[in-house]
Amino acid sequence: MKIHEYQAKQLFRNHHIPVPEGDVAQNPEEACALAERLGGFPVVVKAQIHAGGRGKGGGVKIARDLDEVQSMTEAILGSPLVTPQTGPQGKKVRKVLVEQGLDIDQELYFSIIPDRSTAQIMIIASRAGGMDIEEVAATDPDKIIRVLINPLTGIDSSHCKNVVTGLNIPDSLTAEFSTLVENLYGLFVESDCSLLEINPLVITKQESLIALDAKIDIDDNALFRQKDILKFRDTDEEDPLEVEASKFNLNYINLDGNVGNMVNGAGLAMATMDLIKNAGAEPANFLDVGGGADEEMVENGFRIILEDENVKGILINIFGGILRCDVLAEGVVTAARKTGIKVPVVIRMQGTNVEKGREILAASGLNLITAADLNDAAGKIAAIVGK
Amino acid sequence: MAIFVDKETKLLVQGITGREGQFHTRQCIEYGTHVVAGVTPGKGGQNMDKVPVFNSVQEAAEETGADCSMIFVPPAFAASAIMEAIDSDMDVIIAITEGIPVLDMMKIKNYLQGKKSRLIGPNCPGIITPGQCKIGIMPGVIHKPGGPIGVVSRSGTLTYEVVHQLTMKGIGQTTCLGIGGDPVTGTNFIDCLKAFEEDEETRGVVLVGEIGGTAEEEAAAYIKEKVSKPVVGFIAGLSAPPGRRMGHAGAIVSGSSGTAQSKIEVMKEAGIHVCDHLGRFGDYCAEVFNF
Repeated sequence: MKIHEYQAKQLFRNHHIPVPEGDVAQNPEEACALAERLGGFPVVVKAQIHAGGRGKGGGVKIARDLDEVQSMTEAILGSPLVTPQTGPQGKKVRKVLVEQGLDIDQELYFSIIPDRSTAQIMIIASRAGGMDIEEVAATDPDKIIRVLINPLTGIDSSHCKNVVTGLNIPDSLTAEFSTLVENLYGLFVESDCSLLEINPLVITKQESLIALDAKIDIDDNALFRQKDILKFRDTDEEDPLEVEASKFNLNYINLDGNVGNMVNGAGLAMATMDLIKNAGAEPANFLDVGGGADEEMVENGFRIILEDENVKGILINIFGGILRCDVLAEGVVTAARKTGIKVPVVIRMQGTNVEKGREILAASGLNLITAADLNDAAGKIAAIVGK
Repeated sequence: MAIFVDKETKLLVQGITGREGQFHTRQCIEYGTHVVAGVTPGKGGQNMDKVPVFNSVQEAAEETGADCSMIFVPPAFAASAIMEAIDSDMDVIIAITEGIPVLDMMKIKNYLQGKKSRLIGPNCPGIITPGQCKIGIMPGVIHKPGGPIGVVSRSGTLTYEVVHQLTMKGIGQTTCLGIGGDPVTGTNFIDCLKAFEEDEETRGVVLVGEIGGTAEEEAAAYIKEKVSKPVVGFIAGLSAPPGRRMGHAGAIVSGSSGTAQSKIEVMKEAGIHVCDHLGRFGDYCAEVFNF
């Protein structure tokens, strides 16, 4: 789960990680009141959306007086923000973060991620703050420090020392920096983060360490024990159909194509999308109804696929194991009758009780197209949407 | 011959009294697996069908000689269930549970260092040695006993699809297992490749991967160096958008890393026969495994 910068900074404050003075505002009046309270200029006005690259899209502005706070907030809240990650249609901004400006001396990069291949927690840091870390990794790999921490034993002073030395932190700040690293690690594990990134982490001319930016993603699997953070979920930032699907525990991702598809199992669902593409069409979604799908899940899956106006045909691909083909067929027939399917549906079933499933589909009298195998299914659906 | 489990395996099931635990335990017994015990804290002394239930893994192992555990415990309690199985010296632990926090799995992975147990999963369909034993949730009937192909995969139903196509072509399997769709798993591709290479009956390997992480790249490097048997590969997710989790917690393209295209290239470069069309997978294997 993604959270906003202002929410991440709230977590930072709770863990004694210094952030700029400031707060979130929902309109220009609130933004001006906040700026006045900060008691000095410049102040920074930052659009709060989940997508990255806000600065590049004009979502981060520096205001020198109240009039500028007013006009900049109006501008940011007034039109969708287009960044490299939002797509061309952009994203509506509902909140801005208003913060004190800082006298920046140095900009650093700092992040913590779970490292999959070593099963350790990895700190990544660099003196090239403010830049895209993938770019730095490609052009200047020596500038990046990586420190691995065993989550069983946790962080100790040697890890902190490696980061401090690697970043060439001035002597006067080493103790403070080590504490900062420990606090960030503490936040990472206590909150089940899957990403914690500060870019940039700044050293001011007054020699303070401050997290100028804050990005946190939370491990979805851990949300059951992160109830406070779950309150940060902002469904305005999510695709409406995906929000709807999540209510029924359906794994649905909305895509740009026109072939709706419903599959059991994530791997087979991805492979089915690939087959659709291979046959010359484009998938409209990813939808994994799961191994234990029942009639109701199939019905809801159908309804959500059909709410996407781009869908011109649907491909159902089920490998019956635990989910038997006859149960699936019953579900499809019921769903088709209830929702009134307006587009052609191609069904490919294999596995447990496949003959019985085919009989149910045939006897339904509905216009459901049966496919003999995967190739046949992909070919048929591509031909239908290609017309 | 087979890898990790066979007809001698004595299975206990952690979470045997739950809905899924019961259902799949019955399926495993029906297939011929020796299920000797179940574990549900607080329900010791009861029976699930004819299987005795114990309060702890230690007690169950001492009483029945169980050497393998299959876990159906919900995510919040799964990590401690796995730890309990490790502490009770189970040879093989198969964690079916989906949704275990990554931090818990990282801790378990480090805890396994120097211990006797092999952990398969979590978030996996389990392992089957066709004709001998089935430990997991896969449909037994699609498999063909006797080998000569070993199958290892990060997926569930996609594995069934692949196995089914092999069986339809008359190609049997030695052992088929899913290592799981999570970012951190107990057993990785390399562990399985090493075992299949050493297994005399296995004459070729099918490796099914997907987007996210670097497991396939690491497997490819290992195959190039150490595997003499032919390997057919398949990667799911060529059409997956970046930055989105495709159902499996581990199936995500982060930035420019973990794409299907880059995995396929690395695998081909390592001499793996990569099938680019799932619909023709069986035919492709018949050509490559032309023993």
